[in-house]
Amino acid sequence: MTRIDDKFATLKAAGKKAFVTYIMAGDTDYDTSLEIMRGLPAAGVDVIELGLPFTDPVADGQTIQLAGQRALDAGQTLKKTLAMAKTFREDDTTTPIVIMGYYNPIYSMGVDKFLTAAVDAGVDGLIIVDLPPEEDAELCLPANEVGINFIRLATPTTDAKRLPKVIENTSGFIYYVSMNGITGSASAQVDAVAPEVARIKKTTDLPVVIGFGVKTPEAAKTFADLGDGVVVGSAIVERIARGDAPADVLAFVKTLADAAHS
Amino acid sequence: MNDLFNSFMTGPDENGRFGDFGGRFVSETLMPLILALEEQYEHAKTDDTFWAEMHDLWTHYVGRPSPLYHAERLTEKLGGAKIYLKRDELNHTGAHKINNVLGQIILARRMGKTRIIAETGAGQHGVATATVCAKFGLKCVVYMGAHDVERQAPNVFRMKLLGAEVIPVTSGRGTLKDAMNDALRDWVTNVDDTFYCIGTVAGPHPYPAMVRDFQAIIGKEAKEQMQAAEGRLPDTIIAAIGGGSNAMGLFFPFLDDKDVNIIGVEAGGKGVNDKMEHCASLTGGRPGVLHGNRTYLLQDDDGQILEGFSISAGLDYPGIGPEHAWLHEIGRAQYVSITDVEALEAFQLCCDMEGIIPALEPSHALAHVIKIAPTLPKDHLIIMNMCGRGDKDIFTVAKALGFEMGDFA
Repeated sequence: MTRIDDKFATLKAAGKKAFVTYIMAGDTDYDTSLEIMRGLPAAGVDVIELGLPFTDPVADGQTIQLAGQRALDAGQTLKKTLAMAKTFREDDTTTPIVIMGYYNPIYSMGVDKFLTAAVDAGVDGLIIVDLPPEEDAELCLPANEVGINFIRLATPTTDAKRLPKVIENTSGFIYYVSMNGITGSASAQVDAVAPEVARIKKTTDLPVVIGFGVKTPEAAKTFADLGDGVVVGSAIVERIARGDAPADVLAFVKTLADAAHS
Repeated sequence: MNDLFNSFMTGPDENGRFGDFGGRFVSETLMPLILALEEQYEHAKTDDTFWAEMHDLWTHYVGRPSPLYHAERLTEKLGGAKIYLKRDELNHTGAHKINNVLGQIILARRMGKTRIIAETGAGQHGVATATVCAKFGLKCVVYMGAHDVERQAPNVFRMKLLGAEVIPVTSGRGTLKDAMNDALRDWVTNVDDTFYCIGTVAGPHPYPAMVRDFQAIIGKEAKEQMQAAEGRLPDTIIAAIGGGSNAMGLFFPFLDDKDVNIIGVEAGGKGVNDKMEHCASLTGGRPGVLHGNRTYLLQDDDGQILEGFSISAGLDYPGIGPEHAWLHEIGRAQYVSITDVEALEAFQLCCDMEGIIPALEPSHALAHVIKIAPTLPKDHLIIMNMCGRGDKDIFTVAKALGFEMGDFA
C-alpha cells in the first residue's frame, strides 16, 4: 500500500471522490509554489500533482507551457523539485505527491539516482507523459520496484484492444484524459467521457480520475461523480500566472475541492 | 556482400530502436496513431503497387533520377579528390524533401486522412508538403517558427500560393524545434482526420525508418550512377545534417559497403563551444529524449533542451535522427561540424566555380569537401549530396555578406 492507495481507500470508505490538483513546481518561483503546495491539503486537496518543468512540453497547452517557462526562468530544476517535495513532507506525511512531467530531465539525472532521490523525498507516484507502455522498461518497471506508483494516462484513442496494455503496469490510479488534445484546451464533455470511464472501470479495479478541460467548481463536481476523482490544473495555474496571492489561489482551490467533495 | 549478421542495414528492431536510440516516446493519445501508421507502412513496404506509384511520381512529378554531376572546376581548384555532386536540388520544389513527402502522402491517402500537418525549418519540407497536398487536393497546415518565417520569407509565400495555411510558432526561440512541438500539439488534438508528415529522420518509430526508406532513393541512384561513371563505388560520401534526412538517404544504401567513408556534417554555427551557439548535436550534445525518440540532444545539466544556433534554418535543430546517433556510436559514420563562416565561403565558391547556387544546408557539406579534398589523391571519389538549391537563402546570404537588396536596383 502506498500513500496513494491509502488515500483512495480512505476516500472510498467515506463515500467521497478524490480532488487532485496540478501546480508547476517553481512557478512563479520556488518559495511561492512551495507556499501554495503547503496550503493545498488544508484547501481540500487529496492528491498533489507537482509539475516538473520542461522546455518542450508537447502535451501541454499554453498555460502549462508558460508556467514551465516561468519556473525555469526562476531557476527551477529537477533537483529543486525533489527538494520541494521533501520540504513539504516534513509537515505532511499523508498527502500523496505525484510528479508529473516529461522524461528527459529524469533520464538526464539517471533513472536510479532519480528514484533514490524521489523515495527519499517522499514522492509517491509519477505521471510521465512521454513514456507509453511500449517504453515501460525505461522508468515504469524500475519505479514500481522501489514502491513508486506509475500512473498512466488513458485517452479517447485508447481502444478496447489497447486498454489492457495501458493498465498492465499501472498502479495508484488511472488518469483518464477527457479529450484528444492538450492541457487547458476546450472544456470536457460529459456525454463523451461517461461511457469511456465506465468502460475503463469494467476493465480494472484501480481508481479512475478524470482530467484535462475541467475548469470550474461545477465541472469538478460533474466529472468527479463520473469516476473516482477529478484533476484541475490549468485553471489553477492561470490564477498563479496572473499574480494572485497564494491565499487567493488556495481560496479558489477550496471552492473546487468543496464542489468535488459535495 | 550483405551478411545479415554483420549488416548495418537491418535496423530498427521491432521497438523502433537503433541500438539504444529511437523508440516511441509519445503520449498515450498518439500511440494508437503511430501504431496504425507503422502497420500501414509495413504493408506498403512490400506492396508493389505502392512503389509503382512512388516511382511514377518520382519520375514524372519530381524529375528523378537526379543527375550525378562531376564538379570539374571545383575538383581542379581544390587539386585533390574527384568531386561529384548528387543534384537533388534539381528536384521539383528545389530540395530532397519531396522524395519523402510523396511517400507519406500516399500513405495518408491510403489511411483516409484528409488533413496534413507538417513542421518546417527552412521551409523546404513545408513547400514540398504544400505542393503534394495541392496536387492531391488535401488540406495542408504548416507550422513554422516565427524566426524562420522571417528569414525564409520566399518559402512562406510559396506555401501560401500552394494553398497551405502557415502558422508562425512563437513559443521558444521560434525555430524548427518549436514548430515540431506545435505540430505534435495539433496532431494530439486532431487525431481522426489528420496525418502528421514529418520532414526528417526523427520522431517516434516508424518515422525515422520510414523517412529514411523514402529518401534512400538518393543513395540507390548515386550508387548506380557512380558505377556507370567510374565503374566502382565512391571512396567518400558526404552530406549535411540537421535532423539528417538527406544524409540518411544518401548513406543508407552504402552502410554495408565497408570501404566507403561516410561523413555527416553538422551545423557548427558560431563554433562548437560551451556557449552552445551551434546545432552540432553529436559533437556538442549527449543522449536524451525529445520529440518521440532517444538521440543526441543539445541540453543543459538539468535535461532542459537548448536552442541551437545556425545561419541555416534547415539545420537549426537541437537533435539529430536516432540512426545517425547509432552510426556515430558504433563508428560506422564520422560526424564533423562546419561553422556559418565556412559554409558561407563554400556557398560563394560553388556559385563562382560551378554555376550552382546551393542552399545553405549543403553549403556546410561542401565546406567540408573543400577542407578534405586537397588532402586526398586524385583517384579518390567523393559524392556530396547537393540536397537543396539556394534561391530561398539569397536574402540571408546578402545580409551576412553586407549587401542591401536595394543596392542592385
